[in-house]
Amino acid sequence: MFDFLEGYNVLGAFWMTVKLTALSAVGSLVWGTLLAAMRVSPVPLMRGFGTAYVNIVRNIPLTVIIIFTSLGLADIFGMTMGAPDDFDVQGFRLAVLGLVAYTAAFVCEAIRSGINTVPLGQAEAARAIGLSFSQILRLVILPQAFRTVIGPLANVLIALTKNTTVAAAIGVAEAALLMKEMIENEAQTLAIGAVFALGFVVLTMPTGLFLGWLSKRLAVKR
Amino acid sequence: MTEVSVTKDALPAADDLVVLKNVNKHFGALHVLQDIDLTIARGEVVVVIGPSGSGKSTLCRAINRLESIESGSITIDGKPLPEEGKALARLRADVGMVFQSFNLFAHKTVLENVMLGQLKVRKADKKDAEEKARGLLDRVGVSAQADKYPAQLSGGQQQRVAIARALAMGPKVMLFDEPTSALDPEMINEVLEVMQQLARDGMTMVVVTHEMGFARSAANRVVFMADGRIVEEAVPDQFFSNPRSDRAKDFLSKILHH
Repeated sequence: MFDFLEGYNVLGAFWMTVKLTALSAVGSLVWGTLLAAMRVSPVPLMRGFGTAYVNIVRNIPLTVIIIFTSLGLADIFGMTMGAPDDFDVQGFRLAVLGLVAYTAAFVCEAIRSGINTVPLGQAEAARAIGLSFSQILRLVILPQAFRTVIGPLANVLIALTKNTTVAAAIGVAEAALLMKEMIENEAQTLAIGAVFALGFVVLTMPTGLFLGWLSKRLAVKR
Repeated sequence: MTEVSVTKDALPAADDLVVLKNVNKHFGALHVLQDIDLTIARGEVVVVIGPSGSGKSTLCRAINRLESIESGSITIDGKPLPEEGKALARLRADVGMVFQSFNLFAHKTVLENVMLGQLKVRKADKKDAEEKARGLLDRVGVSAQADKYPAQLSGGQQQRVAIARALAMGPKVMLFDEPTSALDPEMINEVLEVMQQLARDGMTMVVVTHEMGFARSAANRVVFMADGRIVEEAVPDQFFSNPRSDRAKDFLSKILHH
């Protein structure tokens, strides 16, 4: 009954989804943390940039951002992402760039809400022993903030996993692109949809459960 | 403030460690520090008392610039308090601070709390830092708790760790901002004993407190504040037995007769 799967590399497509998710997750965690640091920094210019970035980027549809990376960055501004001749690699990298730019805005806000849960006294005590602003952030505030926002970050990660399907819009050979191709060629539309839906649940459900467990385990006791 | 001379005999002016001159600060419309002049000599223990809202905590916090001031000057060991940045951080490392709510780093063990400043500010070797931290924890009587997290300790133990954390920086002066006000009554003494020992060892201390017993036994000088002003300064015996200002008489009558 699953012979409609024959001749299609479903696992390969999902592997592409996993790669998109993993790289974008790491990238957006780094960039989102930097943005959060800017949003709480004492320098008004940095605060302004962080606030403007988050409020602009999170309000643009991801599809627009992803298509802009291809039609805008690559075609008009000639950003070939180190792969001028290999369009598969170039598309993949552009998609990761777009996903990072977009997801970082949400990561930033999650982390910033975590920073707000850290009592003011923690920062005062850190200032009182002579730590610099960046040391206070790195050594005292962020480690506590991260632990309180593992749950919200899990939400962002799950959303990111599903958002990678938008990369199909610029031809990245991930799960959603293959699904579209299969639906065009095969008769079992519902079954194909079910297979891909299940594939995403298999990817995201363990992530959510694991991070939920981790957030309980790492919770900061006060 | 000529009363300074009654506290320690013949201390040369060069040994003034903390000098506040004409310090002013507002919180909105509230003039919380009004023309504060205060000099603290090296090795002196100054206890600041007064009713709530009198500005005594703000005064304490201004000394390491956790509160900014609007006018006047604060110098520590001859150096004016820097406004911002690295210079301010360096100065804060030399000024120990103990808070009412302990403020131990919640995600680090007791030992790590006492080591953090040594490693990251003093750039001490890890082994030396741990040795020093364990020594200090022993000194404040919580060495058995070294590997626990702050939340697992009693308030009194947490506050003693906080004192050890401040001492680990080798401070020139220690500021105590109501160190026993958040403690259960039976834990107050264990913290006060550590502070008394520090005072006996010659540490320069500024202590904001409601513990009159500590003020009597450990202070070289009592500073009484009300409504943002220093109303009276005297040696403890004189202040408690024979306060000069009406405001101090009124305050003492309310706290000492029951």
